[in-house]
Amino acid sequence: MQKQDSEAVKKALGKAGAYGEDIDIDRFEAGTRNPEAIDDIADADSSLRETMSHVGVTSEEERSGTIVFIDNGMSHCSNREQEGVEILSTRQAFEKYDWVKDYMWNAMSPEKDKYTAKTYLEESDGYFIRVKEGYKARHPVQTCMLIKRNKTLQNLHNIIIMEEGSSLEIITGCSTTHSSGDSLHVGVSEIYLQDDSNLQFSMIHSWGRETSVRPRTAATIGKGASYTNNYILLNPVGSLQSYPVSSLNGEGASCTFNTMCLAEKGSNVDTGGIAVLNASGTNAQIMSRSITKGGRMIARGRLVGNAPGAKAHLECRSLVLEDGGMTLAIPELETSVADVEMTHEAAVGKIARDQIEYLMSRGLTEDEAIGMIVRGFLAGSIEGLPQSLRKEIDEAIEKANLGS
Amino acid sequence: MLEIKNLHVRAGGREILKGIDLTIPDGHTCVLFGPNGSGKSTLLAAIMGYGSTEITEGRIVFKGQDITRMSVDERAKLGIGMMMQRPPNVTGVKLGDLVKATAGGGDCEGVLDKVDTFGMDRFMDRDVNVGFSGGELKRSELLQLTAQQPDFVLLDEPESGVDIESMALVGQKVRELLYDNSVCGVKSNVNRDVSSLVITHTGQILDYIGADTAYIMKDGTIRCSGRPADILKDIREKGYRECIECRSRIVKL
Ligand SMILES: Nc1ncnc2c1ncn2[C@@H]1O[C@H](COP(=O)(O)OP(=O)(O)O)[C@@H](O)[C@H]1O
Ligand SMILES: [Mg+2]
Repeated sequence: MQKQDSEAVKKALGKAGAYGEDIDIDRFEAGTRNPEAIDDIADADSSLRETMSHVGVTSEEERSGTIVFIDNGMSHCSNREQEGVEILSTRQAFEKYDWVKDYMWNAMSPEKDKYTAKTYLEESDGYFIRVKEGYKARHPVQTCMLIKRNKTLQNLHNIIIMEEGSSLEIITGCSTTHSSGDSLHVGVSEIYLQDDSNLQFSMIHSWGRETSVRPRTAATIGKGASYTNNYILLNPVGSLQSYPVSSLNGEGASCTFNTMCLAEKGSNVDTGGIAVLNASGTNAQIMSRSITKGGRMIARGRLVGNAPGAKAHLECRSLVLEDGGMTLAIPELETSVADVEMTHEAAVGKIARDQIEYLMSRGLTEDEAIGMIVRGFLAGSIEGLPQSLRKEIDEAIEKANLGS
Repeated sequence: MLEIKNLHVRAGGREILKGIDLTIPDGHTCVLFGPNGSGKSTLLAAIMGYGSTEITEGRIVFKGQDITRMSVDERAKLGIGMMMQRPPNVTGVKLGDLVKATAGGGDCEGVLDKVDTFGMDRFMDRDVNVGFSGGELKRSELLQLTAQQPDFVLLDEPESGVDIESMALVGQKVRELLYDNSVCGVKSNVNRDVSSLVITHTGQILDYIGADTAYIMKDGTIRCSGRPADILKDIREKGYRECIECRSRIVKL
């Protein structure tokens, strides 16, 4: 499965990530490649089902397909739109198609850091989703990555290929169970949008208070294609660092990053998005809404304009609900050509007292008033949020008890 | 219903109200006149308990309870409701959600079927107050207040920024708020006896509601009181200054 110089990649095993605290990978044990098989999501045991439902993976109705990974192996795969959508494990796809190797470690370099290097050297499995040319999927595909055993290194390598003119929505949920919190999740995702395709990719995370999380996502976007990346993290986490990159390589390509994040006490969150506008007439928007409640929150955003006529906007807003913790908004704009239009807005602060009191004067308690405002604040980040995720988000906000 | 004794209030770092005494009996509507900056809105904010005001002396008693140190929501639950002169924008919160939450807390779900009578049906998905015109702000406030069904209503310049056409609707909704017990479709409210304190510059709102007593405030104190119609006439003819001077002379006699 390998093609790069593995000596160089082995060296990269010692390379800490560019951002976020360094994590000792060797502290964790590789997750099993042969987890229990789940034939039907509805028959999975109830605690597993509950864990999945918290990250948006519910029933299989209204889904064109479902693929579940537990620890490092595939546990379930079903597909109701086989005529246009292909869902496999990355390993299966590699064995089935000759050309799959061209999509492996193409958008992402294995030498990026120790996490990608490890994934490369482990020849990690993951999900493979391909939408055939011109096919527009009727329902979303859902993917789920669970860590079941404690002190596990979950290493996955996912590949999404949107062929020319195709369209799909993916909802992906990642979670630990109650007892597997002290684990490390590394998910490498390479996403390819060919010309005029359209992908809405929503990722919802729910981890334990000790979990370390290092997703590595890179997307390349062709001419006229459009990519939306929604990221939602509303539960406590140990250390999470993620900085997905979209390269807009085709004329008129567009991409949107929407992020809603919460850092409670003990959580260390560093997230955002990078859009590299490499072709003329490309368009990018990065919207981030984050909340700190005693935790550490770094909200990044980076726009790079490399072609004339590129247009992009970046917005980082953070609400600070209590003292302590740390909030840092880092918006960056970079260009190498004159004819670009890139703007940014950043704001960090608390909820205005007069707004809280205004709602309280209608009989809402202070907690209810704050909860309502916070909910509105977060919801404002994601315009086209899939309806199916709203319930999970409401529940997470409820559980986070943001009013107190 | 409401008794205010020797109330001193600071706002923005200085004393704004300098010893207010005011009693509003059950079912009474009182009108508060006074030049700009005299402290009228500050008095309403202090009654509602807003943090922008600090009560340094005196007390406020409502329905027999000392509410001087009570939180805003406790006051609301006791039955105080307010229409602000300039309510804040609450970005992200939908008007519909706020009205629902308000009505649910006070058992006035019935109002949800009557949103169109406030001309607000198209606004339920809008962020509260964001980009609302003057008239829309007032109707939004009245819709929220109607959902709330307070026993004591504070109205801060209900006619300001409202055009002549909308004024009839605002007036009608204020009237319903004070006198109509059927809005929520709940029978238990039949004996509701609503009191109110209304700030007005123009007196226009008095075409829609019957006021019992009027007061004039100036420089943080209440200077005189009288029949609303008389006082309004005096203010219109002579202006605040002369009206206050002449009326205080009468009081002294
Ligand atoms: N939060 C505040 N900060 C600074 N000044 C304030 C504040 N609230 C009220 N004031 C001042 O107090 C005075 C009275 O204001 P207000 O009660 O709004 O008057 P009115 O409603 O009678 O026009 C004004 O001079 C106003 O500027
Ligand atoms: Mg005023």
